[in-house]
Amino acid sequence: MLRIVGFMQVMCLLLFASLAQAQNVRPPGADAPLDIRAGTGGAQTLQDILARQKGLTINNDFRKTPTDLPSPDVGALGTRGGASDADLWRGVRFDTVDMRTQVNGPATDVLVQDTGMWWLEVRRGPLPRYGLYLLGGTLAVLALFFLIRGRIRIEGPITGRTLLRFTGIERFAHWLLAASFILLGLTGLFSLFGRKVLIPTFGHDSFASAAAVTKWLHDSVSWAFMLALILIFVFWVIHNLPDRTDLNWLAKGGGLVGSAHPPAKKFNAGQKLIFWSVVIFGTSISVSGLSLLFPFELHLFAPTFALLNDWGVAGWFGQAPFPADLTPQEEMAYAQLWHAILAFVLTAIIFGHIYIGTLGMEGAFDAMGSGEVEEEWAREHHSIWAAEEIARRDAPAAPRHTNAPVLPKGA
Amino acid sequence: MKAFLLSLVALIVIAFGMNYGLNTYAGFSAAERTTVGHSVRLD
Repeated sequence: MLRIVGFMQVMCLLLFASLAQAQNVRPPGADAPLDIRAGTGGAQTLQDILARQKGLTINNDFRKTPTDLPSPDVGALGTRGGASDADLWRGVRFDTVDMRTQVNGPATDVLVQDTGMWWLEVRRGPLPRYGLYLLGGTLAVLALFFLIRGRIRIEGPITGRTLLRFTGIERFAHWLLAASFILLGLTGLFSLFGRKVLIPTFGHDSFASAAAVTKWLHDSVSWAFMLALILIFVFWVIHNLPDRTDLNWLAKGGGLVGSAHPPAKKFNAGQKLIFWSVVIFGTSISVSGLSLLFPFELHLFAPTFALLNDWGVAGWFGQAPFPADLTPQEEMAYAQLWHAILAFVLTAIIFGHIYIGTLGMEGAFDAMGSGEVEEEWAREHHSIWAAEEIARRDAPAAPRHTNAPVLPKGA
Repeated sequence: MKAFLLSLVALIVIAFGMNYGLNTYAGFSAAERTTVGHSVRLD
């Protein structure tokens, strides 16, 4: 499982690598020699400040170096008098001094850090925008597919006989996962779009009350999601291991296009893809969610970035090494973005799953409704599994075994 | 339908149970989770 989580983190990094590339534009003068900052005594210029406000990456090397200049004394102001020790604050800013504070708690020794701005801008802009595009686009594609293909009907005659597809405990686990996922999705969207959409629409007071409830729901329901994720993994992993029938199923498009029904076992290749998406993405969402649930306790990204740097992954794409020295706040920022991005992706996948399990295919919902599916449906969509189940059902009852000694007739 | 209703009951029990357990036995109040109110806030 750790390997799976690690894999997902790698995928994340690739995503952020492209993001970093987009931001890796140096402003004019960023690497300029000291003389252009002569007017500020070597300190940053207005040009530097304006570039930073535009989100451009500034080479801060010129700011990190202590100047050893005497502190100006401007009179008795504040706790340190009039002394303003630039080198001390430089150390605070770039985390090069041994910092202790009177405030207890994790991450309280980071007094100054400006790495939250890129996160805030991504969270405000691209994240909700492209997330909505993804969900809206998925719904549009499904609607279009429905208009073109229509509902996939059971083609053969209805037999009236059924096969047990999922037991009660399997359906329980599925619905626990489904219900918690829907609640988590809705409350997650509530958080993400609160400031941008809900506050302007409903006002601060209404939103504040609702946000408190949805935050509680999101935090608490997550445990049900994680439990259900473990249950469905245990129940179904054995049926979701890839095999040769999957290649044939995929080659024939799963029978979605046309009328051919490629043979399949209990789960076809499409369902296996859904299963592994749920398991892998769901696990990664859960792990990143745990790090958000208990702030600053779980550090996921710095070790992952360091590992990727050891492998030279960033270099494969012509990128600078990943930032492996992250402040606790940066860890949280990465966790929040990763959590939300994967949640959008998994939601889009689940849209497809819900479509094919309800509107898209006749007889499919029964598998999770009553647990019993029409025999003809099973023959058409899961022919190998159906043949095994029918053979098992129709097999003559095995003779009763007894340990009683066999006695000769008349004895 | 029975499995679905049971899952909803389980969801409610787990949500309240975990919240109660974290508050009471693990020392994580609802306010201390997702934000660290006494130190640094991300938003």
